Amino acid sequence: MNETDEPERRHFLLKMVNALGYGAFGAIAWSAYLSQAQANKLVLRPPGALNEKDFVSTCIRCGMCVEACPYDALELATISDQISIGTPYFTPRVQACQMCPDIPCASICPSKSLDLDLLRVDDELSIDNARMGLATINTETCLAYLGLQCTMCIRACPLADTAIVLTNERNPRTDMHAFLKPVVDPDFCTGCGMCERACPTEIASIHVLPLSVSSGDVGSHYIVGWEEDDEKRINQRSGDVILDRTKRNQKSALDNVNDVDGILKGLYDD
Amino acid sequence: MTRFLYKQRFLLARRVVQVLLMTAYFGANAYGWQIVVGNFSSARYFGLIPLSDPYATLQSFFAGAVIATDMLMGVAVVLFFYAIIGGRFFCSWVCPVNMITDGAAWLREKLHLDERSSGPVLSRHIRYWIIALSLLLSYLFSVAAFEMISPIAITHRGIIFGFGFGWVFLVAIFLFDLFSQRHGWCGHLCPLGGFNAIVGKYSIIKVVHDKDRCINAQACLKACPEEQVLDMVGKESRPVTQIECVKCGRCVEACDSQALSFSIVSIAEQMRGRA
Repeated sequence: MNETDEPERRHFLLKMVNALGYGAFGAIAWSAYLSQAQANKLVLRPPGALNEKDFVSTCIRCGMCVEACPYDALELATISDQISIGTPYFTPRVQACQMCPDIPCASICPSKSLDLDLLRVDDELSIDNARMGLATINTETCLAYLGLQCTMCIRACPLADTAIVLTNERNPRTDMHAFLKPVVDPDFCTGCGMCERACPTEIASIHVLPLSVSSGDVGSHYIVGWEEDDEKRINQRSGDVILDRTKRNQKSALDNVNDVDGILKGLYDD
Repeated sequence: MTRFLYKQRFLLARRVVQVLLMTAYFGANAYGWQIVVGNFSSARYFGLIPLSDPYATLQSFFAGAVIATDMLMGVAVVLFFYAIIGGRFFCSWVCPVNMITDGAAWLREKLHLDERSSGPVLSRHIRYWIIALSLLLSYLFSVAAFEMISPIAITHRGIIFGFGFGWVFLVAIFLFDLFSQRHGWCGHLCPLGGFNAIVGKYSIIKVVHDKDRCINAQACLKACPEEQVLDMVGKESRPVTQIECVKCGRCVEACDSQALSFSIVSIAEQMRGRA
């Protein structure tokens, strides 16, 4: 190796390491931001939105849905909102989705992150097929569950008597009044949030949560007895849980029964 | 006065275009104007012509998104214009961040910071590395990586829909350009500018240099935000062939001997010029 090459080579290596250092610093800071910037599960999306993960990757963040909404219900997330930046969302307590029959927000979306096809059931397009979230009731603070005749949520509900139904129950506290308790039917609730907006309690007692949070899933460990359909349900869930039966050991079972000393010892110990 | 205005003619035209465009977008959201809806990520003019940012769409694609037909049409329209007139026209004539960085460069000049500072000199190629990194991160995190931090997107979205805390990004860029690196953001780091530069490589509108008129005043080099593209000044008569030219026209304005001008240069001529 030539002696005079050495400083130049060293300089080059130093520059490389330098660049690598800056690059790694940038990449790590960027990654850290990306990993936390998409973590919000509690955000309500406009009707027809893809599931949250696909929505965040597909939405081009152009805000056309926000401009299309005639009720100004939608907003674009800014960096302060802890929602994937630039994506549309709505806050029912501020303004609920008003369920326009022509669905202007999803119709104008260029990226199909709001997909009209998801609002179609049997080829029929309807805003009633939207599943923006599911209303959940806090029965500790709901006025109706406390005994007042409130009915604000069911009056606000665009699918009253379908998505929210009132049930009559005897009020054992007074023994002469009835509860008129609202109950949400998950099969019909669109998650528009009109009930939440209408709720008269200080903090809404009926609250729309995204389906990923509010809807449960039985999974395949449990089955409803004497119900053939439920067995089918488990068979249809192929792949997610494989039943792994432990092989019975006949010898150890017999040994256990024949272990007289052990049994006697157990008795004496008691 | 007229002479002053004439010396700033492209600058003034650019500011007018930038402000008018932003106003049209702002009005669409605030007052329901129907010229254009959306923003610079994706828009629709007159309810008909779709425009979509090719770089943002590419990131979406890397993030695993299924790209809708509307988006592809918008991308095609934009790519067509970028290929013809030059992608970096966006940087100097449309992008709102340009006003911030130009402001920082102006102040840096007034304060003579270049002569005083001894900060690091960044490579002009960093932006291309950032493009590569953004696509990798988009793939890894399933989200358009640069769109999540893009000061350009934060600015145009901020102007149209509200900033939140996003304005700190703009302050950061201003300070970086002012104190750390001359033309630091637009001329070194911004991957959108880098992407647009690549797309507009063979655009037919170019700044052309006439060596016979050049008096070696170096005024163009002082004015240019990407001075490396003016490597032929005083040496040979040819168009700017390097892709980073933002077509702002500062060099054309600065030159007192009309040695630089905008001109249409066919692709065939460009190929010949490079040989």
